[in-house]
Amino acid sequence: MANLVRQLGQRSLNIVQEAGGMMIFLLEGLGLAFVPPFRFHLILQEIYKIGVRSTLIVMLTAAFTGMVMALQGYYTLRQYGSEGALGAAVALSLIREMGPVLTGIMVSARAGSAVTAEIGIMRITEQLDALDTMAVNPIQYVVMPKLLAGVMAVPLLTAIFDVVGILGGYLVGVILLGVSSGAYFASMKQSVVALDINGGIVKSLVFGLTIILVACYKGYHTQHGAEGVSKATNQTVVLSAVLVLAWDYVLTSFFM
Amino acid sequence: MIKIINLVKSFAGHKVLDGINLELPAGQITVVIGKSGVGKSVLLKHIIGLLKPDSGQIIVEGQDISRLRGRQRQEFKRRYGVLFQGGALFDSLSVFENIAFPLREKTRLPEAEIAQRVRFRLAQMHLSAEVETKLPDELSGGMRKRVALARAMIQEPEIMFYDEPVTGLDPPMTNTVFHLITKTHQESGYTALMVSHDIPEVFHVAHQVAMLHKGRIIAAGTPQEIQSHPDPVVQSFIRGEIDFLED
Repeated sequence: MANLVRQLGQRSLNIVQEAGGMMIFLLEGLGLAFVPPFRFHLILQEIYKIGVRSTLIVMLTAAFTGMVMALQGYYTLRQYGSEGALGAAVALSLIREMGPVLTGIMVSARAGSAVTAEIGIMRITEQLDALDTMAVNPIQYVVMPKLLAGVMAVPLLTAIFDVVGILGGYLVGVILLGVSSGAYFASMKQSVVALDINGGIVKSLVFGLTIILVACYKGYHTQHGAEGVSKATNQTVVLSAVLVLAWDYVLTSFFM
Repeated sequence: MIKIINLVKSFAGHKVLDGINLELPAGQITVVIGKSGVGKSVLLKHIIGLLKPDSGQIIVEGQDISRLRGRQRQEFKRRYGVLFQGGALFDSLSVFENIAFPLREKTRLPEAEIAQRVRFRLAQMHLSAEVETKLPDELSGGMRKRVALARAMIQEPEIMFYDEPVTGLDPPMTNTVFHLITKTHQESGYTALMVSHDIPEVFHVAHQVAMLHKGRIIAAGTPQEIQSHPDPVVQSFIRGEIDFLED
């Protein structure tokens, strides 16, 4: 019993220590964005790697999410004779919840894992040490551009997700199931307010920062060779997905 | 001159460096030998600032560099070059970009001047112009080492650090890399610290050899002095005796 309590205590301490480590890492990373030299080309490169390269998978996920939501929503709403509200149901679900959350999870699976693997390999092959010995701060050179790119790319990807999802819903609801096109967009226009859109943007900003922070932190602290990289990559995907869902609850309760 | 005074470092309660005392004479190559895992690279990482000692000092020109912070620390880093065990070339950059990296990051030299210096170093390392555009993973182990040496030398450092410079290379390439180290040293006259267990090759490169064993320097002197050192541990290591390796 005492052993169990000790293990639980140790585990809790490790979690607190890691959370503290991540916060310091985040502050250092973001703080270095204001310290010269400014390497804008690296931020653009990272936006390409994290954002542009995730666009296709985000669009694909969005299209199917919108389509299935329209399908489910149509049969539920039809029971009450409210098929006309399908546009509002699809858009609100996407903008408030599904867009930011699913974009976050897809980015963590595609870009987050890649970021961890890239930095982890740089760690185990001493490339980060080499930067340090050349008087180039590895956090400023490697981590900071990725953090900024995450904050910029994820909200844009979320916006793409929302638009494609709404069009996917249109395809199923209007073209396949016969809901009026005017009703689909009119109900959407009537129901979606600025708070919904702002909430979605805030969520996507927080998710973007969280995912890339976890990915950079895990990569930067990789140990024990190739197995360490594999473990860090795995932890990134799991932890960032869980954190996205936890943040979603906290932010939703804040915006409600 | 670099002076290491009573350097102590422990990891998880295990004392890896247990009071290292060593002087690296200016303009000479000092090689620290010792079996694998004895803490040679740990010692080197303290001097280049990647690790902080639990206690002790590393004095360079009267200044304890283990206590340097901020700008002073960055300034010191500009004075040395490091050849890492695996080369530590940046995967995403070409050979040319790798060698030019320190100049592009830390100087305001025009591109033409940078290109000229990079090509001079490539030629010095007997690397042809065709390798310039290749990525590190397209190179052989020996070529990677030579590119890494070119990058370490590009800012004409006053001090060079070599971490196992020939590990994993075949005998001809081992001799080539040692030849290049000797040649660049003769041309530049830098102070150097090398950690290696490549016996007897290091005796041809070193001006001073020190042996690290159980966290301490147990012998230091010229290659000839070390080769005839009375300590049985030193002799056993030099001869590569099995009982010592299994110790």
